[in-house]
Amino acid sequence: MSLGFRDVACVRGGRLLFSHVSFDLAAGDAAIVTGPNGVGKSSLIRIAAGLLAPFEGRVACDGDKALLTEAAALDAERPLVAALRFWASLDRAPDPDARVARAVRALDLDALADIPIRLLSTGQRRRASIARVAASEAPVWLLDEPANGLDSVSVARLEAVIARHRAGGGIALVATHLPLGLPGAQEIAL
Amino acid sequence: MIALIRRDLRRSVSSGGATLVVAFFLLVATLFPFAIGPDAALLARIGGGVIWTAALLAALLPVERLVGPDLEAGIFDQFAVRGLSMVSVAMAKTIAHWLSFGPPLMLAAILAAGLLNLSAETLLRVEIGLAIGTPGLAALAVVTSALVAGVRGGGAVTGLVMLPLAVPLLIFGAGTLDAAGGAGAIKLLAAVSLVLVAGAPFIAAAAIRAALD
Repeated sequence: MSLGFRDVACVRGGRLLFSHVSFDLAAGDAAIVTGPNGVGKSSLIRIAAGLLAPFEGRVACDGDKALLTEAAALDAERPLVAALRFWASLDRAPDPDARVARAVRALDLDALADIPIRLLSTGQRRRASIARVAASEAPVWLLDEPANGLDSVSVARLEAVIARHRAGGGIALVATHLPLGLPGAQEIAL
Repeated sequence: MIALIRRDLRRSVSSGGATLVVAFFLLVATLFPFAIGPDAALLARIGGGVIWTAALLAALLPVERLVGPDLEAGIFDQFAVRGLSMVSVAMAKTIAHWLSFGPPLMLAAILAAGLLNLSAETLLRVEIGLAIGTPGLAALAVVTSALVAGVRGGGAVTGLVMLPLAVPLLIFGAGTLDAAGGAGAIKLLAAVSLVLVAGAPFIAAAAIRAALD
């Protein structure tokens, strides 16, 4: 599995956000995308996810992807585990129930398992979306501001989850404006 | 695909989908006797057309909820990242939408027929017409919803986009009520409905992909 950008440029609304972005991530690698607001961090994540076409350059991604964005993409009326189960059943990996159970435990969401998404706080909802990514067990994680709204305990948990993902040969591309401990991660400054 | 249909059905039920559509349909059907007066013969003559008009208006109700909220919640992003084709997503949405309003509407039409003094024969024609026409209406609803999803104030535009496109369904749907030319109208209704059902997922998918960008 790998994720590579080759001279990628991004144009949004007629404005050039960034250009000549190149990097290569192999199994176990991570990269942190940093830069001021509006510089195109989220667009870079969306380009990596294949949701946006790069204006210039090439993106090569080998392996299934899991995406975390600002939107939780979890049905508000459904209990947490059922909402996660829906996405897990659409993932390619087998045994969705076990994957959801592992992710819920990793993000310490056991106590909230039966609570509808709409009743969760911002931080809890963010943890639930991270659990959705973790439950996918996809090799390439694309995380847009994963630490937003998390308290320090949850940030540590997030770092541990990413570390375990990398230890298992996963790739993480993380856009963040908050400091996040990802040992040995490349920095991509936009 | 089945998971997607089940999800949409569940969402429609939890937001009162079918109940609202049926209530609105019956309300519109009741307005006509109030407005026109209790002339049983007149009501029986226009009743079938009234049911078709009411069905069309009722089908407009849930349109805004079909695509817009999912787009905002990032649901389509997740579908795309998982490599699901937007065409099959749109197809699943069409099927789920039809299941949530087509059969309930056909049941409600029986009630409306009583209100409008329709003969059993006319009611049968209405039901056959609805069975053929509502899938086309569902497909049109999903397309409209996808097209207006990114538009500010999409709600007002929804009716303007959808109703003119639904006119063929209305014409041939009401045409099936005519005892003389009914058979031809049924075929044309089926043809329009088929074109909509077959073409709509592709248009809706293109609109959703454009909105993701």
